[in-house]
Amino acid sequence: MDRPTFCLLALGLLGLGAQLATAAPPAAIDHDAPAREALRVSYARPAATPFPPDNAWSAARETLGRTLFFDPRLSASGIIACATCHNPGLSWGDGLARGVGHQSKTLRRRSPTLLNVAWAEALFWDGRAFTLEEQALGPIASPDEMNMPLEQLVPKIQAVAGYEVLFERAYPGEGISTQTIAKAIATFERTVVSATAPFDRWIAGDESAISKEAAHGFELFNNKAKCASCHAGWRFTDDSFHDIGAPGEDRGRAGVLEGIEAMEYAFKTPTLRDVDRRGPYLHDGSEPTLESVVELYDLGGRVKRPSLSKDITPLNLTAEESRAVVAFMRTLTSDDALVTVPRLPR
Amino acid sequence: MRGRSTVALLLLALASPATAEDHVVSQKGKRFDPESVRVRVGDRVLFQNDDETTHNVFSRTQGAAFNVGLQEPGSSSPVTFEKAGPVEVRCAIHPGMKMVIEVAE
Repeated sequence: MDRPTFCLLALGLLGLGAQLATAAPPAAIDHDAPAREALRVSYARPAATPFPPDNAWSAARETLGRTLFFDPRLSASGIIACATCHNPGLSWGDGLARGVGHQSKTLRRRSPTLLNVAWAEALFWDGRAFTLEEQALGPIASPDEMNMPLEQLVPKIQAVAGYEVLFERAYPGEGISTQTIAKAIATFERTVVSATAPFDRWIAGDESAISKEAAHGFELFNNKAKCASCHAGWRFTDDSFHDIGAPGEDRGRAGVLEGIEAMEYAFKTPTLRDVDRRGPYLHDGSEPTLESVVELYDLGGRVKRPSLSKDITPLNLTAEESRAVVAFMRTLTSDDALVTVPRLPR
Repeated sequence: MRGRSTVALLLLALASPATAEDHVVSQKGKRFDPESVRVRVGDRVLFQNDDETTHNVFSRTQGAAFNVGLQEPGSSSPVTFEKAGPVEVRCAIHPGMKMVIEVAE
């Protein structure tokens, strides 16, 4: 190896090291070992699920949370459970363009998946909740969603005899309260973790796990198509908020955080796990297919507003490249274990 | 004359930032660095965007809420902390960016 080549290689390795240290978007994949190793680390799945110190996991808490999650009595009508909009059979969403709430009212935003929310840094499409405990009560109390005033929820659950023992096992001495209801639901939600997908096997070294077209799509995903700028890491999101140029009047994050123009029409970057099972797409289901989503990005957004993210610019993808990006996204779907619906207390 | 000097010294002491310090927090790789800083009341923190993407710094901590707006790459935003206690700081765009400013008397 001549000296210039060696120096370039060393600089390249240094560059990769710096990217890993700062969790920046990964380098190009070119199937050579250092690049693959950098990507492998960048997309590595975590070893354990995080639980907060003031709401540590226990089997009793998960059981209680699962029971509440599937219990439609948490709604005023008695027919809407958390699981109605976050259906495990539909990758923890509802498959609709926009959610449907109390008295069949169509909501203004799509029901987000719960996959891997244990790692999420902000909840809801506009990020208005910082924790799952904070988030869990929102849809229950919302008049448009489950329409269950919290001051009525607690006595309603207390009146179900079977719940008392479940709460006592989960949170001894704390009783049935909005806090323990929220903590139990949050605990269960944290256990909703994607299983290994073909992509995970491929990035770990199994070359046969995905097609060559999908592998090419992954390279585009990290480079020319710029997807990994925000759809980063093993969850394929950095939880960031951007106006991506989708039409609509919903102000998104600006509705909860005034004073920053770039937050107008900005919504949370969603995970791409199980994405091919979770259409239609975006915060309002306005993009019917993955192909149309890629088209939106290729155009640099369908609507150019002052708030449009500076990261959203025309990509000039060829038709073949667009197909490859979609082929890659389809490798993120995992064959998750079936979920057991609990026997509800009476 | 002596009285005038005393007044001048007093004014200088009041106006002087001698006890106030500047602290620099870098925003790099979608992280604050460092993620915890101890300052004193009256100190100034310069949030320096060393990333290639736009950032923001805001806090909802009661009595210490602020919002610097949008920060272009390379820009710096000074924030002075006037009240003792912990201040939780985040980036509105990247909520994974979070840190705590511990403000001491």
